[in-house]
Amino acid sequence: MKEKTTSKTTYQLPIGPIHPALKEPVMFEFEIDGERIVDVDVSLGHVHRAIEWTGMRRNSIQIIYLAERICGICSISHPMAFIRAVENAVDIEVPERAEYLRVIQCELERICSHILWAGVAAHEIGFDTVLFLTWQMREKVLDLTEYLTGNRITKAILTIGGVRRDITKDHHPKIFETLNYLKDNFDKLRHIFLDDKTFQLRSQGCGILRYEDALKLCAVGPTTRASGVKKDVRVDQSYAAYGDLDIKHITPDLLTGQVNGDVYDRIIVRLLEIKQSVELIEKAIDQMPSGDLVSEPKILKILATIKKTNGEGVGRAEAPRGEVIHYVKFNGESEHPYTWKVRAPTYNNILPWIPMLKGEQIADIPIVAASTDPCISCTNRVAVIDGNNNYELNKEELHRLSVEKTRRLMK
Amino acid sequence: MAKGLSKSFKKALWVYHCNSGSCNGCDIEIIAALCPRYDLERFGIKLVGTPRHADVLLITGPVTKQMEDKVKRVYEQMPDPKAVICVGNCGNTGDVFYESYNLVGPVSNVLPVDVHVIGCPPRPEAIIMGVAKAWVKLETLEAKK
Ligand code: SF4
Repeated sequence: MKEKTTSKTTYQLPIGPIHPALKEPVMFEFEIDGERIVDVDVSLGHVHRAIEWTGMRRNSIQIIYLAERICGICSISHPMAFIRAVENAVDIEVPERAEYLRVIQCELERICSHILWAGVAAHEIGFDTVLFLTWQMREKVLDLTEYLTGNRITKAILTIGGVRRDITKDHHPKIFETLNYLKDNFDKLRHIFLDDKTFQLRSQGCGILRYEDALKLCAVGPTTRASGVKKDVRVDQSYAAYGDLDIKHITPDLLTGQVNGDVYDRIIVRLLEIKQSVELIEKAIDQMPSGDLVSEPKILKILATIKKTNGEGVGRAEAPRGEVIHYVKFNGESEHPYTWKVRAPTYNNILPWIPMLKGEQIADIPIVAASTDPCISCTNRVAVIDGNNNYELNKEELHRLSVEKTRRLMK
Repeated sequence: MAKGLSKSFKKALWVYHCNSGSCNGCDIEIIAALCPRYDLERFGIKLVGTPRHADVLLITGPVTKQMEDKVKRVYEQMPDPKAVICVGNCGNTGDVFYESYNLVGPVSNVLPVDVHVIGCPPRPEAIIMGVAKAWVKLETLEAKK
């Protein structure tokens, strides 16, 4: 990733893995020339918990709860992608009502996550008042989440073939109250983030990711949409009930008429997405048909079907940070998956840091990095071990292993 | 308020938060405890940027192999008297990750944990309770001196 420069004028600045500006363990090595960043290297792996390896020793129902704990913030998106992969492999038809309920949960999570991000971004540029303001809003959404699912963070609401809890008429007043509260406060948020001088100064023209780079580096989610790339699994694949809900790509030109791909644009995209999510929830509640919650209420029956399945499935979902992909393969012998592979959005969004950060000042590192909403715990699951627990694998070796694995899977 | 705590606090409690490989669930609940709804700061409890200023170490996550020495180093940098609060099931027992090959945790394998806060993630109220308990420990240590 990085070429060693020998020039004397630059020096190296390591940041992390434990550093007050970082919320999660990750390590950067910056090559600095005065105040300017010449080069960046990222080293990952501090949060590696061997989730995929563990998952291959559990059955699919247990994995839902493991997938939930890949990341506490995307605790719907990961299970969602996993469940869809299993449903894809086993051919399970999900009842329509469940699809709508899934949309509602996914969008609630997106609102929570984006508001959380807005607070963190404000904190990164030293605007702590806004952090508190946004997190106060977030508590309202968490209250609703708790009311609907029973939990604030890890919701355990999805299951293979449907969802575990219904939303009934009794729930409606509280839901609408919260949504109205969000709508009332949306303009306030928008005013703070988009009209405030400080925010504009710090975010406009900073951390630019050009359209071509976003495409080339496969950025996903709001990071790529802010650069004008129209990429959103909800629209492109219209999974769950998104197909019925008339949803569009959100790009910054909807508001400003132009795309710059800077931090400011990423703020715009996320704010607009909060609004979009509120509307989606309203629509989903309005259009939700009646019907079953799960295709098969008996978990053991589902597991028995999975045991007989010999096949693979891919599940994609749009997490708040971008596209998450889960792949599972069952070999028809056990209820544990033969392979489980997760690709979290931050994986794609880390490489764009390099073009974003090059040429910026050291002080811009936190806000630029935060602008992609990185989630390190999502990213660190992959490390290859050999018999001696040796983690050191270089790129060629990794590539070779990867090719081998592809061949193995194709057999 | 927790039993054993003097009515007027002798000093404000400064907390350092260290993530040893958690899923973020506990971390956001810790921040939530500091934010307006629960507002830990009204007791003078605040997050600080370096372990050298901290009285209490809030640790989340099951301690991955890569983080083991870093966590120890953070602990050693804290001045005495100090207390360690382990927040979340995965730091306390391993939780869903218990059989993973890359853990040295639970945290009590690495550091002397004073307060265990259970939950995955625990509610902010539980975290506040944990901090109050650590406070009691620190005041007792202080009184012994
Ligand atoms: S206890 Fe649960 S919520 Fe907290 S960090 Fe561990 S897995 Fe995440």
